[in-house]
Amino acid sequence: MNLNTSAEITWCPGCGNFGILTAIKNAINELVSEGIPKENIVIASGIGCHAKIVDYINVNSFYSIHGRVPPTLTGMKLANKNLVAIGFAGDGDIYDEGISHLIHAAKRNTDITMVIHDNRVFALTTGQFTATSPKGFRGRSTPHGSIESPINPIKLMLASGATFVARGYAGKPDHLKELIKKAVKHKGFSFVEVLQPCVVFNNTYQEYNKKVYNLNAEGHDISNFEAAVRKADEWEERIPIGIFYETQAQVFESHFP
Amino acid sequence: MNTVTIGGKAGDGIKAAGKLFAKILNELGYFVFVLDDYPSLITGGHNFNKISFDKEELFSHYVETDVLVALDEKTIKKHSKELKKGGVILFDSNSVKAKGFGVPALDLVKQVGGVRIMRNVALLGALSFILGIDFKIVKKVLEKTYPKAAEKNVAIAKLGYNFAKENTKQIMKLKRVGKPKELMSGNTAVAYGAVKAGLDNYIAYPMTPATPILHYLAKNSDKFGVKVVQPENEIGVINMALGSAYAGAKTMIGTSGGGFALMNEALSLAGMSETPIVIAEIQRPGPSTGVPTYTSQADLNFVINAGHGEFPKIVVAPGTNEQAFYKSAEALYLAWKYQTPVIILGDKHLGESLRTIKIDEKKSKKAKAKLSKGGKNYKRYAMTKDGISPLAFPGMKGTVVKSSSYEHDEFGITTEEPEVVKKMQEKRLRKMQTIEKEIEKLEAVKVYGKGKNVIVTWGSSIGAVLEAAKSLKNVKIVQVIYMLPFPKKAVKKHLNSAKKVVCVEANATGQLANLIKLLTGIEIKNKVLKYDSREFDPIGLLKELKRWLK
Repeated sequence: MNLNTSAEITWCPGCGNFGILTAIKNAINELVSEGIPKENIVIASGIGCHAKIVDYINVNSFYSIHGRVPPTLTGMKLANKNLVAIGFAGDGDIYDEGISHLIHAAKRNTDITMVIHDNRVFALTTGQFTATSPKGFRGRSTPHGSIESPINPIKLMLASGATFVARGYAGKPDHLKELIKKAVKHKGFSFVEVLQPCVVFNNTYQEYNKKVYNLNAEGHDISNFEAAVRKADEWEERIPIGIFYETQAQVFESHFP
Repeated sequence: MNTVTIGGKAGDGIKAAGKLFAKILNELGYFVFVLDDYPSLITGGHNFNKISFDKEELFSHYVETDVLVALDEKTIKKHSKELKKGGVILFDSNSVKAKGFGVPALDLVKQVGGVRIMRNVALLGALSFILGIDFKIVKKVLEKTYPKAAEKNVAIAKLGYNFAKENTKQIMKLKRVGKPKELMSGNTAVAYGAVKAGLDNYIAYPMTPATPILHYLAKNSDKFGVKVVQPENEIGVINMALGSAYAGAKTMIGTSGGGFALMNEALSLAGMSETPIVIAEIQRPGPSTGVPTYTSQADLNFVINAGHGEFPKIVVAPGTNEQAFYKSAEALYLAWKYQTPVIILGDKHLGESLRTIKIDEKKSKKAKAKLSKGGKNYKRYAMTKDGISPLAFPGMKGTVVKSSSYEHDEFGITTEEPEVVKKMQEKRLRKMQTIEKEIEKLEAVKVYGKGKNVIVTWGSSIGAVLEAAKSLKNVKIVQVIYMLPFPKKAVKKHLNSAKKVVCVEANATGQLANLIKLLTGIEIKNKVLKYDSREFDPIGLLKELKRWLK
């Protein structure tokens, strides 16, 4: 199924977003062929480079505002439980501007999937530090280096009650596609953090290519919360991708008749 | 017209007593208005209710009191000067020392094993005797209000009633004068009106004085088939509501000024994405936290100018509880017809005052959008003459619905092309022209009485104005109900033919008067403004009006 739209893709050549776009398009195609009605799929995005993705995929979409995707998707599910709601957000978008919404969507266990394009920089506003930029990050608002330490999104989501917590890498679109499919099929709040290099402001391809490994291929027990927290701390030597944690809990919308 | 004032500490059941007494009066067929005055605290302080009643239609409470019911001494200190000649002070002699008629309310409550808060019912029993109300009516109301604890409440009320019978005289004989009506607060009327118009979802974060809408709809969620959600903050509220409406559910949200300020970013999103939404903004005095549990009409400028950019927006300001019902239904109807935000601008005095009203549910508007059959080439933002693009929702087979906060083409895809940007801006603003025509047909201005002098007012201030005008001759009252689009023609017509004009509103700068000047060129020099955080009272207002209209 061709999911292209009339929109011209305006990401920089080599942008990590291309890998994410490929993964999501392939995931949607496979999910539809596995029986999810295409008309029930709805995607939403915040504001930033990531957000353009909704213009590039020919499914229902709501191009929302900065940081507000989780409540927007929650509202959609409240109106129509049959919708399959997938949200996209950037690190600045959802770990800075909209962090309270992300935490509360996880806490509520709304049956939505959030895919976070985490390039660890504000790119569309030309390179300022975000909540996940490393300490010392030099950007135009921090010429002497950022003085703040980054947050750990995986740990944050585990602590907030997310029932599906995963990390993918834009440089491994096939693996990311599988993660997104599992996240969508998971009943409850699914969180997929995506390592996304920004070729202009924070090019992390080399670092990620060297350090990334699939934790699910190394016997990680995804039902073990403590093990997930331990894995969430892993970063300096090796960076785990895959499913950190999955559990089942009652879905928010199911409380309503 | 008579008034009873009931006062005590927060936690003494003052509001409950006021409502019970209002129900008793309603049962007898009286027109009733209840002012609920309470400070921003949970236990202690000073709460009071003023329950005014009359055989004729009543639009406001009055301050002057026939009976003062005191559950604490502060009530005596604060309100005894409001007592009319021949008025009675009725108090709990177990906790208050005062001149008047003391009832050992706490002792009576204890006799039947009741709890302290039930002192209010003991005094209500005594009050009912003093006003010559048949105890059967009191019993009926208590049984209806407390179906699970009826027996004890009736027993306590009876003890109070009998104590009064044995120890004091009746000052009135209140007999049945008509049929009971609906006893409803403005907030409840806003909620109920929306329900009758087809509300599916109500989303709100608690904020006084809009919270009663949330409570009422949460309590009646199953009965009305309305889903009620309390998200993390007001920004979450409005964005959740927009997602809900995008997916086809008729959605309303509610807040006060501060919460509405937080919603402004997404208000503009509603305008751009053409997503229907109704926002109840129940004003309280600002700036900032202000005086949270009291009343004001100072958000008019803010609300009509809210949201960045230029987009169609409707602001309706009901003044009476009936209007709150009809205009709330109308708000949902307009939001869905024009796919744009509609703000119901209420205030604490409208929202939390109870009034006996008659509403005809059949006459309320129903929300219905112009729908599209969808299909492969569905254009969410199709160019049309009236600016309204037929709606489709996600879930429609073979249809892709793309909504956007960015400027977009007809399919909803982002554009930065100047020609498209211009056309889309014009399309959205064309809706405003269509709206303006429709508003003229709705009751955008309500005129009461005839006369050469004109009183212009809006919102809940209409209540005290209507009461004050009962003592004025040659006066026409013009109540502006739609603030945006503003009914320029009608207002101009009434003001141009007037000998003297005075504007009455509860803010410090005369926001309606300024708006009238801006939009009609007519300058209103005579203004009665109130900005002490309290509502107008008819007698005080009458004095001011007489000064201006002399």
